[in-house]
Amino acid sequence: MRKLVFLALVVALIASLGVACGPVAAPTPTVKRVLVGFTASQTGKLNKESKEQIQGLQLWLEDVKKAGGIKLKDGTMLMPEIKFYDDESLTDRVQALYTKLITEDKVDFLISPYSSGLTQTAAVVAEQYGKVMITTGAASDTTMEQGFKTIFQIYTPASRYLTGAVDLLQKLDPTAKKIAFVYEKERFSTDVTTFAQKYAKEKGFDIVLFEGYDTATTDFAPFINKIMPPKPDAIMGGGHFTDGTTFAKQLYEKKVPVKFVAILVAPPEPAFVEIGDAAQYVVGPSQWEPLARYSPESAKAAGLPWYGIGVADFTSAYKTKYGYEPSYHSAGGYAAGLIFQKGLEEADSVDAEKVKTALDRLDLLTFFGHIKFDTAAKTHGKQIGHEMVYVQWQKDAAGKLVKPVVWPLEGKSADAQLRKQ
Amino acid sequence: MKRTWPQSFLWLTLLIIVAIALIPILIDSASLREDLFLTLMLVILASSINIIMGYTGYVSFGHIVFFGLGGYFAFFLMLNYQVHFVLAALASGVGASVFAFLLGIPVLRLRGAYFALATIGINEAVRSFVTNFEPFGGAVGMFFNYAVYDAYGGARNALWFAYYAIVAVALVTVAASFLIKKSKFGLGLMAIREDQDTAQVLGIDPTRYKVLAYTCSAFFPALAGAIFFFKNGIIEPGPAFALLRSIEGLVMVMLGGYGTVTGPIVGAVVYERLRAFLITNPNFSSLHLFIAGLLLLVIVLFVTAGVVGWLRQRVPLLRRYLE
Amino acid sequence: MNIDALVPSSIDGLMLGFVYGLAAMGLTLIFGVMRVINLAHGPVIALGMFAVYLIGTQFGVNPYLGLIAVLVLGLVLGIVMYFVAVHRVINAPELTTLLATFSVNLMIIGLGTVVFTTTPRAIDMDLGAFRTGAITILGTKVVAVLIAIAVTVGLYLFLYRTRVGKSIRAVANNRAAAELMGINTTGVLALSFGIGIMLAMTSGGLIATLFSFTILAGGVYELKSFVIVVLGGLGNPTGALVGGIVLGLLEGLTTIFMPVGWVPIIEYGVFVLILLIRPTGLFGAR
Repeated sequence: MRKLVFLALVVALIASLGVACGPVAAPTPTVKRVLVGFTASQTGKLNKESKEQIQGLQLWLEDVKKAGGIKLKDGTMLMPEIKFYDDESLTDRVQALYTKLITEDKVDFLISPYSSGLTQTAAVVAEQYGKVMITTGAASDTTMEQGFKTIFQIYTPASRYLTGAVDLLQKLDPTAKKIAFVYEKERFSTDVTTFAQKYAKEKGFDIVLFEGYDTATTDFAPFINKIMPPKPDAIMGGGHFTDGTTFAKQLYEKKVPVKFVAILVAPPEPAFVEIGDAAQYVVGPSQWEPLARYSPESAKAAGLPWYGIGVADFTSAYKTKYGYEPSYHSAGGYAAGLIFQKGLEEADSVDAEKVKTALDRLDLLTFFGHIKFDTAAKTHGKQIGHEMVYVQWQKDAAGKLVKPVVWPLEGKSADAQLRKQ
Repeated sequence: MKRTWPQSFLWLTLLIIVAIALIPILIDSASLREDLFLTLMLVILASSINIIMGYTGYVSFGHIVFFGLGGYFAFFLMLNYQVHFVLAALASGVGASVFAFLLGIPVLRLRGAYFALATIGINEAVRSFVTNFEPFGGAVGMFFNYAVYDAYGGARNALWFAYYAIVAVALVTVAASFLIKKSKFGLGLMAIREDQDTAQVLGIDPTRYKVLAYTCSAFFPALAGAIFFFKNGIIEPGPAFALLRSIEGLVMVMLGGYGTVTGPIVGAVVYERLRAFLITNPNFSSLHLFIAGLLLLVIVLFVTAGVVGWLRQRVPLLRRYLE
Repeated sequence: MNIDALVPSSIDGLMLGFVYGLAAMGLTLIFGVMRVINLAHGPVIALGMFAVYLIGTQFGVNPYLGLIAVLVLGLVLGIVMYFVAVHRVINAPELTTLLATFSVNLMIIGLGTVVFTTTPRAIDMDLGAFRTGAITILGTKVVAVLIAIAVTVGLYLFLYRTRVGKSIRAVANNRAAAELMGINTTGVLALSFGIGIMLAMTSGGLIATLFSFTILAGGVYELKSFVIVVLGGLGNPTGALVGGIVLGLLEGLTTIFMPVGWVPIIEYGVFVLILLIRPTGLFGAR
């Protein structure tokens, strides 16, 4: 009896609250949960990059929650939630974990792990369940040429990763003739430098050295000793953060007399500045930069629709939340969420097939840049809109190291400089 | 005709594995299938290591080299010559065995720590070689076009197919492990383990025995590697020759019970379940390596014989029944 | 054309060789005294890197002074490690001690990843450089070589000139006999393990002044240490220095004539070959 009274009271309370708070005319929107799953490299060698990617994604999630969800046309609010496991930076468990996400946790959509190798492994699982997977932190071309139909890449692929550096060099010093390539021997860096080398040859450069180093390399003396004799004008290559930073530092210590150094991945990271003067003049391709000039205005100029958060808003929100500047991995994480959100809105449904069709049609500008996916059968899902920007560490008037964007010309915030000893 | 108990024990063990392996098929759970796939793969690896380590007393630290080579051989055949997966896997097993045979003749002359170090060296040398070997894709490795799976009824079926294959290989491995242990050959191996010089006096040719054991123990991991990388669709030198996984294999053998047939199985299952639990548990996920290490230390220090060995010591009755 | 690189490359290789040798010394000492291959060697080297780094960043201590603190720290850590992980199984078959030390490896890496993450660290040291033509010799490397030599000489004097050192050698030679002679073998074993870890951590600290590192960075040096130890003779600490120099020179010379990526194949190939042909090492006693 007492229970009944209590229940009645509760019901009455809820009802009165409902009347008090809810606007009378509009029915309360139905909220539907959308689960997004992925694996993250919380441990192992990729944990730094992966962590930033996840932080970016979590920022996106917060923003969506603040906005009350993703609104569909019938008023339904989609409330995304994320579910992820640690993959230890190893391919071992990636397939098992993605299968678990799909069949047990019943996730609706997927985001890729960090790095091309793990992504390809995950793609085999995502594809067979027809789950849409947005890949971020995975720039390999070859992954996107394996006939996958539900995988969408937002990074500029490896084939266009370093080619801008070749153009920049030619523009900066038309007399430059010889380039030495030294790269990390793994999938991504090998892909990038192989394409860049081919491109450089087409542009009339001589490749005086093309050699790879092992992932865990900390001593670049053997390479530097080989670089010196043929007297190259430029050095390009690198791999990931640790080795790239070390390489730049040792090039500086050994006073290698080249005019131009472009290194993958490391230079755009704010932490690159820790090597001090060795960072000066180093050029690096970046998927995204806090100084990138993407805005609703530039969208209009390019004749593209603009979508989502602004560059400055993202940068400051990220800084407030995590205490330091976002890198392009962070931006990639946020962008993955954003593109997925746009896909849902356009599809006006959570149906995978409809979202896939919507993503196929996407052609827009975001804070991350231009996003458009290839729809050809062979290369479906490959990113064809997004472009790299190139930063260069330079000393400002006060002698402080900064990294303005120097290429492409239309997006630059400072002029590129030739390296001086 | 009356069967002896050890034979029945083998059938019982195989029956249990089959029964467990059937569960994901019956309830159509891909997630459980993936978990079991990994577990069975480790059962194969641990049981194989046990043949050379548990029976013969030679600690093969770099045993993963056969897993990696198997994967590479099979992948190469499937990718370049469109060889059917089963054939490619078998060929890779034979290839790895031949490699082990040729390698074993000189390397098995080494004893104790020297042999252990040599196997590490071999694994690292092979990994570096493959990283530079262009026909195997070098540092980038090799990968399948998604359409490759069409020949096996699409990727979804292919993954089930890979699962059946791993179950089959696991069964054969366990049976082989059992038969070797119970044969005259196995007795010879164990005599070598206890005292190689005495064994020689008793008329056992240690080199022949050891090399044969090494050859056998290379065959099954190669098959497992072929299946694993077929399923992944990509093979790269790093994951193929991961020394850490090799050492984890040793841990499993120790955990379950060195020199027993069921030990490596129990060890692989317990270790893998524990790791999976720690990784997917938000409270422990960052500490899983530490916990795995602590557990290993406790076993090594206090339960040297492993789970199965401990049971055999504690419950004399089991000695007759538990192999 | 490649000949131009010969001199600078050999000098670089030679200098690095001293550091390699120092890194391997702890491993070989422990093996020589108690037949234990310390699989926690790599992580311990990494701990040495972090110790010097943290002492430097937290207390503003010069890395070279920090090395002295690392000596003490390493000795204590080593003795603790001995009693926790090794003592109980010191007489068990090799596999047992391999796994015991490997469990320590897992624990250090596991905790280290949580505490330090895998973000690379570097100690910013600049002692200038000596330059002529294509040759550049960094001050930090010269100091590293000098310290490596000093430590080796110190270890030699300790083992051959002091009473404790002599008892360590006695235990290494024949533990049972040493015990009969009234030597406290447990104490000696613990001390030797402590010194082994101390050497490993010191080398780590030294490497940290040259290259950037993460908690996983010790792995490379652990593998190289195996090669060096075999070159110099398992269990022979001074041989380790020679082994290190040989390896360093080998790296310096071979890289000129072939892609650097092929060097590990040669290294490990040589390693296995020496094991097979002359397991006591090229320079070891028969």
